[in-house]
Order: sequence, then structure tokens, then C-alpha cells
Amino acid sequence: MNESLGNEMYTLHINGQDRPVVDAWVGESLLYVLRERLELPGAKGACEQGECGSCTVLMDGDAVCSCLVMAATAVGSDIVTVEGLIEQNPTMAITAQAITSQVTDVQQAFIEEGGVQCGFCTPGLIVAVHHLLDKNPDPTELEVKESISGNICRCTGYGRIFAAVEAVVQVRKANS
Amino acid sequence: MSTIKQDIRARDTLGASALRPDGVAKVTGSFSFSSDMWAENMLWGATLRSPHPYARIISVDTTQALLISGVSAVLTAQDVPGKSTYGLISADQPVFASDYVRYMGEPVAVVAADHPETCRRALAAIVVNYEVLTPVVDPELAMLATTEQIHPDGNLIRRQHISHGDPKATGEITVEGNYTIGMQDQAFLGLEAAMAFPDSGGNGVELHIATQWLHEDRGQIAACLSLPEENVRLVLGGVGGAFGAREDISLQVHCCLLALRTGRPIKMQYSREESFFGHVHRHPAKIWMRHHANRDGKIVKIESRMVFDGGAYTSTSPAVLINGITHTQGPYQCDNAIVDGFAVRTNNPPCGAMRGFGVVQACFAHESQMDLLAEACGLSAVDIRLKNAMRTGDKLITGQTVESVAPVERCIRETNAIPMPEPLAPNANVLEFPGGSGRTADRHNIIRGIGWGVSIKNLMYSEGFDDYATARCTLSNGVASLKFATSEVGQGFVTLAPQIARSVLGIDDVVLETSDTQIGSAGSTSASRQTWMSGGAVDGACRLVRERLFEHVGKQHNIDPIRLMVENTDIIDTVGTFRISVAEATQGITLSETFEHHHRETEDLDENGQGNCHVAFAFVAHRAVVDVDIELGLVKVVQIATAQDVGRVLNPLSAIGQLEGGIAQGLGLAVMEEIIMDNGRVKNPSFTDYLLPTALDAPRVVAIMIEEPEPQAPLGAKGIGEPPCISVTPAIVAAIRAATGKKLSRVPVRPQDICL
Repeated sequence: MNESLGNEMYTLHINGQDRPVVDAWVGESLLYVLRERLELPGAKGACEQGECGSCTVLMDGDAVCSCLVMAATAVGSDIVTVEGLIEQNPTMAITAQAITSQVTDVQQAFIEEGGVQCGFCTPGLIVAVHHLLDKNPDPTELEVKESISGNICRCTGYGRIFAAVEAVVQVRKANS
Repeated sequence: MSTIKQDIRARDTLGASALRPDGVAKVTGSFSFSSDMWAENMLWGATLRSPHPYARIISVDTTQALLISGVSAVLTAQDVPGKSTYGLISADQPVFASDYVRYMGEPVAVVAADHPETCRRALAAIVVNYEVLTPVVDPELAMLATTEQIHPDGNLIRRQHISHGDPKATGEITVEGNYTIGMQDQAFLGLEAAMAFPDSGGNGVELHIATQWLHEDRGQIAACLSLPEENVRLVLGGVGGAFGAREDISLQVHCCLLALRTGRPIKMQYSREESFFGHVHRHPAKIWMRHHANRDGKIVKIESRMVFDGGAYTSTSPAVLINGITHTQGPYQCDNAIVDGFAVRTNNPPCGAMRGFGVVQACFAHESQMDLLAEACGLSAVDIRLKNAMRTGDKLITGQTVESVAPVERCIRETNAIPMPEPLAPNANVLEFPGGSGRTADRHNIIRGIGWGVSIKNLMYSEGFDDYATARCTLSNGVASLKFATSEVGQGFVTLAPQIARSVLGIDDVVLETSDTQIGSAGSTSASRQTWMSGGAVDGACRLVRERLFEHVGKQHNIDPIRLMVENTDIIDTVGTFRISVAEATQGITLSETFEHHHRETEDLDENGQGNCHVAFAFVAHRAVVDVDIELGLVKVVQIATAQDVGRVLNPLSAIGQLEGGIAQGLGLAVMEEIIMDNGRVKNPSFTDYLLPTALDAPRVVAIMIEEPEPQAPLGAKGIGEPPCISVTPAIVAAIRAATGKKLSRVPVRPQDICL
């Protein structure tokens, strides 16, 4: 590491684990540290301005754009990334028949309803939809649209994403 | 539970809504996009770009940058060992600018360093002395012989004339207009990214890259690196959308050069701002068009002049121009036409491929014209289009006969039959108003409008290009493995290819091998061509394997292979006395075949623009319903009704995703998306300032897919990617016109165009 960039050391609490960050430059965003230092590449960078939502993670229960959070300021916060959703929501785990891997109900619905094309926006949207449904289990169509309007999807035109959210709401209702 | 759909889907063959095989990886965050790659000992690469749209480079001094701790290499034009330029159609774009920079953001140097921040500091330490010149930014001026030629190849990239039928023909009614189309960005979410690994000894390189066309990239890269093509291996990195923007070279050569120079893996990825400078955009265009018609509305002749601003380098401008002028008539009969088209070089950003290339621009003009004609003849928007609707067997203004299935009338009638949305409720939530969450619209100023757009789009490449796609199928022990170089950019070919194999071979287990250059070219994922071309190649390879399987089974069981067929997952004979599962029949054997699918030959256009230049065509109709706040100029697209000629639906879930996604991009061009230029400078290279449709902007889409199988197409299916985004734009603008009474001759329609 270039010595002029410094060698910060701190610990983040991510997906239920303490994750030390060593030899970091203090100017690094949470997005950069997750992706490049902690092998958590699920959050994506697509605008670096908090406009597209691809980098959405949960920070103390709030959906935030990790590109706008300095990693060193996230010390002490409880961070959940798309990779941690399944551990954080074990009751939602579904083993899909044709898929044989564990996904959450939201993740499953995105696959089944066609909410995924290129998939670059998908992790951010998955986190945003979990966040929405945790706070509001029965959102109106407009509430869904408003809550994910900070997540840009360039492929789907959103129709199948709305269908995925609706499917999760219906399944959760039927199961509750 | 959420597995119901899988339970009712017996087998994921053609026609089923098979799920994406990469779906789990994509929803869990484990899918590897090209920007997710990481390698031991890797360095970061970054690009120094010109701040000027036009300038002469006096000197480049990299001394200070090289002294920075952590910097491993700084490369400029003199470090390119091979060809110094590249390009899809004409190699006129420098790897690095050396004498002149011709657009804002043109690469001048690259660096490799241990951290992105070190790269940023190194770029800042490179000293470039420029003599700033006055940019040539107006295509009309640029094409004049008296204007400074900004490139050794001249400012006129291509001119093509079309003269068809009787040039003196006139109609009782004429309508004309001047139309302007703004510069749209593809705005894929996954930014340009790549990782290059040098081969030991520096004689080769392996590049993992998000691209639309691996083999085309390889040819251009190898020439610039001065390496034989076999020493340059390309592997498809995970692609986060494309829409045309990944057809040209961006960071490919730079990344390989740095890997070869440093002997270490190089990771490069653009920022969003850099991406706006790093790829081509949709051509801005100015179109004049005049329609002559009889009093009953029948078109007699069309005249048009189209000028496409190609920006600084050629890219695909010649093809965009041809698409534009050959689609002047739209999906309507027309016996006489005179069209002049120009693609012009300027100091604006290079423009090239974007979904619907060339046809999007032409369609905005011809559909605006159809509404003028309807008004002049006292017909409705629907009736004028029905009256002129093209049919199979009609001749285009190029003289080419439309052999494709052409259900234009059906597209219009079925769209027209889709129920209208409910009126805006008196107690509607403000989020449903124009302006959305800005909550600025006044209920009393909101007026609803309805508009139409219908389009024709050529499928695949044109003008004599020998286009093909390659695929290999290997069948062993009940498992088929497919190999192709087809770029999966999100469209779902990775879903479709296994469906084809299951249908042809009667197996369920299909494995996809890595997409790379270790097999023949698949051509580009563009021009709505991969379902037809790579689909045809996979289908062909699987059929060859099936023939060999029948021979094998026939020999073993003493049956004439001609009597064997696949039924579900079994091989049976035609009289029903023999049955064996494909899984059992393939135990212990391996059958492998490679197939190249070529479409039929096409021709160049002659000097009068006549010739069979296109392969096939697809059609679509759109009807838009919008609410407009006429005081503030805000637009909410309420509903898009559409009926699209798809040939055959191979995967309903994938197909609706293409239709809805294309509509959203066409909506963007209609009311919000534009790269704003100011004397050669891009003013809004960010997602804060370049607006994209959000979930709140998404209209309710009601779609009908018209299935009339296309005899020419290997699977009966037409390409469906481009048509959705073409005529939806003029439909939305027509709806805004209906609501406001404004002329609105440019897209995107801006608030000031409505309320001032």
C-alpha cells in the first residue's frame, strides 16, 4: 500500500460478524470497503452519488446508499448487506426446487416473477424491498413505487419488480 | 409457497417461462460482474481524459506521475505497439490522442497503481499542454467543404440518397415538419469494467470484459497490441446491461496494454461520470419530412432529409444512417420517395449504437407526420395508420420486398382494443400526478391526452454483412453442454439456450460453458439478433447431435434412424413400438457437434438507395395515455398499450420483460433523457443531472404478443428487444400534443416546451 494513503484500522459489524478493516485509507466509502476489502461484492456501485440505489445496504435498520457512507464512520453500526439477508432472516429461507440453494422469499420472487435481467440493480432492490416489507407488510402500489423509486433499474421497466413485491406480500399474508 | 410456478411448469422447453439460470447468483449478490473481479497482486488502471472538445496536444509530460509511490506505469500514444487506432466500421479512433483531441473526454493517457486514489493522484500529476481550438459542433456547418476538417478522413462520415418510384409524384395534401431528436445515453447500470491478465513472457493477454461482441473486440485489441489473435483470449465478464453502449471498444485496449507493461493483473472500471465520456451515445438527429397524400389519406410520396450527428469518430454511424433513411416510410405503404441522409463528424461525443439505432430517430419523425396527415385528412390517428398499413409482400422505398410476416394492421387493431385506463380519480394520491413525489402539480391543471405510434424495425445487420453465430452442443450421459461466445447482457439468452436444447434433445440437464473466444464468433448482442442468430446456432448444433444420437440408437436397436423421434424425454419410433429415455440412450457415449448459423444474404444499396439491404422486419404498435400539468409542463405517462409482432413467444416471462424494459427507455427519450451539450461540452454527466425513469415514472403496460411464426427465423421467433422502445416515444409525444395543443417537434419534451 502506498504509505501516503495512510493505514487506518477499524472494525465494522457486518451481517452479524465483527470484520476488522486494516491498512485502509480513511477516505474509503463503505461501498469500497465492503467490495474491495471484505469480499462482500453484492452491493454495486453505479453512480457514486446516491441516485441509483445499487449500493443499498441496511445500517441500523435504515436503507442507505453505501457509496455515500464513509466506512470509518460506520464503526458501531449494525450493517446488513445482500449477502447477509438470509442469515438475518432465517425464517424466510426457502430452498427452491429447481435451484437447490437458499434464498429469501423476496429473492425467490424476483427470480420467479422476472424481476431480474442484467441483475446489476438487483442486490440493492432486494435490500430495499426487504426494508420496505419489514416496516410495512401490506404496502399499497404507490407505497411500493415510492419506496423503490431510489433504485434505478434500466432493464425491466419495473413491471416484473412490482409483480415480485406483490407476490411476496401475498405469500406472507397467506402464511401469517 | 413461491415454488408454485415451477410445479406447474412440466419442463423448461421452448414456450415455457423458464427461470434464469443466473437468477440465484444475481439475487444473492454472488454473480460476478466484470467490476466484481479481484486478483492477487492486481493493480488498478485509470484514464486521463481531455477536458476540451477540440484542442491540439503540444506536449504530454508523465514524469511527475511516475515518481508517485505506488504508481507502476503511465502510458500514452507512443506506448501502443500496434495499430494506433480502432473502430467497428472504420478504424479512425485513436487508442490515445496524440496530435489532436476531438471530443471532451477523449483518452490521452492511462496509469496503473496500487489503489484507485493513487491512480487519481497520478492522473492529476500528468501535465498536458493543449492549444485549445474552436470546436465544430453543428453538423450542418461541419459537412460544408469550407468548414475545417477535424479529422484526416473528413467531416462527412457517410451520405446516402434514396430515390424510389416517380420523383415527380404529388398528392392533393402535403404535410411537413422539422424534427429534432436529442442525444440519449444507454445508461446501463453496470459501469465499464474489465480485468486483464498478462501471459507469462508478455506474449499474450487474457481479458475478462463486459462486452456485446467478444470476437470483434478481440480483433481490434490484437491489432492495437500487435499480437496474433490467438494470443489474445477474451472471456465474458458479467455484463450489467448494454443497450448498444458496449459494442465499441472503451477500456479494452488500455487495460491490456497496462497488463502487458506491468506484468500484473489490471482492474479497470469507469465511474459514472467517466462512463458518460467512455461510450458512444444515441445519435442526435435533425429530420425534415414531407408527406404527400390523397385526400382520403393514402400516402403518395415521402420526402425527407436526415442529418445524424456522429460526433468525433465513426463508430456505427454508417449503419445508423442507413437504418434511419431506409425506415423513412415507417410501417406504411409508399410507392414514391426521395430521401437524403447524412452522418457527420463533429467535436461532440462519438455516437453509435443504441437500442433501435437510427430507426428511433426516423420513427419520431414519421409518426409525428402521420398525425399531421390524419388531421389534414380528417381521419383519426388509428384510421390513417390502418389505411396505409404495410402488408407482407409490399415493397419498401429501397425496392426490397417485405417477405417477413407483417401484421401491422393486427398490431394496431389489437392495441386499439385494449381498455383505456380509468380517469385520474378526484381523490388521487399526489404521487399519481405529473411530477410525482415533487408534489407540485395542481389537480386543476392536469389534462389527459392519448397518442399513437407504430413502427417497423429491421432485424440483424444489413448491407451485405455476412453475419453468423456459432454454437457447440455436447451430449453425454443425459447432460447437454452448450458452448457459445454469445454475450449475455441481461436479455436472457442463457435462459433460452437451454430451453432450445431441451426441446430438441429431450433432456432436462443443460450446462452452459464459459462464453469466451475459444469457439467461433456469435456476432454481437445487438440489432435484436441473438435469439435468431445464436438461437439458430444452438438449435442447429443440437439437431446435428440428435441426428447422431438417432444413428447410434438405430444401430443398437436395429431401427432405421429416420423412424426415430424425440417425445418429451424419450426417443421413440414412429410406429410407437420402441421407447428409450434419452438419458439412458446416451450413457457412456459423447456426441459433440458445432453449427454456424448464417442468415440469408443481403445487398448493398446502390447510388439511388435501392437494394435488398435488410434481412427481416418486426412491427409494433403503441398507444400512450398521459396526464399533463399544462402550467408546469410536467408529464405522467399513465398507460402504454401495445401489441407487438414477435413471431413466436419462446419464454413469456423473458418476453414481457423485454417489452416493458424497452417501453421505459422509450419513455425516457420522450420526456426526460438527454445528454445536454454546450459547444462540445457535456453538461450533465451524472445520474443527478441525467434523469432516468424510476419506479414512479413507470406506466402501467398492457401488452399483447402477436404470434405469427416467421418462416425465415430458425425458431419462428423474431427479435423482440428493439421494437418496444421505438414507437412508444412518438406515441407519448402525440399524447402530450393531444393534451396541450402544442406542436412539440423535439424529444425529449421538456417542461418549457409545454408550458412556455
